[in-house]
Amino acid sequence: MTIADQVTGSTIAGTAGAKPAEVKSVDAKPRIAAPAITLPAIGERELRLDLFRGLALWLIFIDHLPPNLLTWFTIRNYGFSDATEIFIFISGYTAAFVYGRAMLENGFVIATARVLRRVWQIYVAHVFLFTIFLAEISYVATSFENPLYTEEMGIMDFLKQPDVTIVQALLLRFRPVNMDVLPLYIVLMLALPLILWSMKWRPDVTLALSALLYAATWEFDLYFSAYPNGFWAFNPFAWQLLFVFGAWCALGGARRMSRILASPVTMWISIAYLAAAFYVTLTWYVPQLSHFMPKLIEQWMYPIDKTDLDVLRFTHFLALAALTVRFLPREWPGLKSPWLRPLIVCGQHSLEIFCLGVFLAFAGHFILAEVASGPAMHALISLSGILIMWAMAWVISWYKRVADKSGVKTKNAVGNADLAGGG
Amino acid sequence: MKAKVLLSLILLCGYLAAPSARADDAAPAVPAACELPPYLLATESQLHKVAEAVTSGKPLEILVVGSRSTTIPFSEDSSYPARMQAILKEKLPPSETVHVSVEIQSKKTAEEAAGTFVKLMEAKSPTLVIWQTGTVDAIRSIDPDDFRGAVTDGVAALQNAGADVVLMNLQYSPRTESMISAPPYLDNMRVVAQEHDVPLFDRFAIMRQWNDQGQFDLFSPSRGPELAKQVHDCIGRALAQFVLDAAHLGSAQQQN
Repeated sequence: MTIADQVTGSTIAGTAGAKPAEVKSVDAKPRIAAPAITLPAIGERELRLDLFRGLALWLIFIDHLPPNLLTWFTIRNYGFSDATEIFIFISGYTAAFVYGRAMLENGFVIATARVLRRVWQIYVAHVFLFTIFLAEISYVATSFENPLYTEEMGIMDFLKQPDVTIVQALLLRFRPVNMDVLPLYIVLMLALPLILWSMKWRPDVTLALSALLYAATWEFDLYFSAYPNGFWAFNPFAWQLLFVFGAWCALGGARRMSRILASPVTMWISIAYLAAAFYVTLTWYVPQLSHFMPKLIEQWMYPIDKTDLDVLRFTHFLALAALTVRFLPREWPGLKSPWLRPLIVCGQHSLEIFCLGVFLAFAGHFILAEVASGPAMHALISLSGILIMWAMAWVISWYKRVADKSGVKTKNAVGNADLAGGG
Repeated sequence: MKAKVLLSLILLCGYLAAPSARADDAAPAVPAACELPPYLLATESQLHKVAEAVTSGKPLEILVVGSRSTTIPFSEDSSYPARMQAILKEKLPPSETVHVSVEIQSKKTAEEAAGTFVKLMEAKSPTLVIWQTGTVDAIRSIDPDDFRGAVTDGVAALQNAGADVVLMNLQYSPRTESMISAPPYLDNMRVVAQEHDVPLFDRFAIMRQWNDQGQFDLFSPSRGPELAKQVHDCIGRALAQFVLDAAHLGSAQQQN
């Protein structure tokens, strides 16, 4: 009965988090007056989105832990872009999908209200994570006095003025390490009503404006300032490009691009680019190889900026996405295999699992530092973290299934933001 | 089905744990031997002035510009600049005078430190400046672009004053890894080193190597100075070797 249901359409039996299909939405569609955007036909839930968002969540968790063996499985070691790109793109895609439909059917005000409700959830989640961070850092501050690291303990200085720090944290200006994604997501979601309203008018112009803002960010050095100094680690002015591009794809852009995506030229350009990026990343780990890197290219290329979503990172993501779409069709039977279920279930509850992942990364650090370290422990923590994420996602799915069965009639029209999750 | 998943995860676990277990076994065989794979001490950039001073028998005056992690509280003689001086004296001919002095810029960012360089160089005029920076900037999350600009200015000031320069980056500090974001500062120092053809002593990668290989447990909460002394000894040795290699002072000038 919720928004997400209409997107989900008929579900595969047992697809966690997805609820029974609603026929209503099918006949609702033709009544929309000449929309500039087209929402894909109602069909099965797009499992590829869940799959890759789940994957991104796992990778972000692993990347937030200190480097260990599993880190070598994360994509940032094989190219320019990493899990953040996947995450923001899919978030843009699903948010546009869910709230775009809400806007077409219920109008701007209702859709905006739903978006704001979601933003509030994400904000609360962020504040919750900040509290956990405070607990951890306070503990370490009082228990760790290795003379080798007296200087690094300067990080605790902010504890000396909690009045300022905590207020700045609530304003999203003080953001400890690894807590950058949610504030970015909050800002992007706040802009979503505007993005959707503009997309409804002219999707291509909206995308062009987004690209223009991206270019202006680079040209005029726009940024969000942070406390105590510096700026946001993920610049929303730049990262919005990926989010808007995701929204554009969701609202019919992907279909219009399908001929380009299917062309072998695109495929070979993507493969060549990914191979080149792989080679460049290889030179970071095997410095001997850098002899074969022309100095001119090095000077042009570095630094590859994550804060402002370097063009090299963006194009790397595009190449990855193009190949993925080509070689992993929507109907791929593997998507229903039980082996991929853990990933898909995690992807379906992304805000909860993202927060859990950040928390588990804190906890993992803590165990490594206070209880035991060593590579075996490290691997164990990574794997248990992933298992916990899976278990939690499974419990949430189960609970939603049960709750929906008993409360279908009363739970009318409450925006289910699951699909738009991506927290 | 569940059992199959579980089994495969257990197998994966075992597979991942296996090589690490071996690493643990191997560690005590060469305790704290400061061993490093050669690539961590390789550099293409050269220290011409150091080479010239040593080959022409002039005194080698080295200035370490650092921060609190340059020293160990209450054990100055065991800190890496002191250890480097001892090793250099051992390796260079006895006729060669080697003197290492230390300038601690406590709690100063790269920009603040670079501002003092002109005066500092007038006072000391060293052959080689080893500039260790980045930690304070990372703690205060200074804009990485500003940081890069400051390091660039600092390196230029040191070079203009006629010294060879070696850049040294942050310590590897696993305890604070979840709180201090080192990568942007490491990357930018690498870029400046590359652009200015300055050797970069990768203290971060070196210490991480020791920690990963089990030579040192850098997670240790120990309050005693022993671990710090051993680590600084190894850094001093590695740094001495790095300087000699970058100056292409091969075995001809070295005693052993």
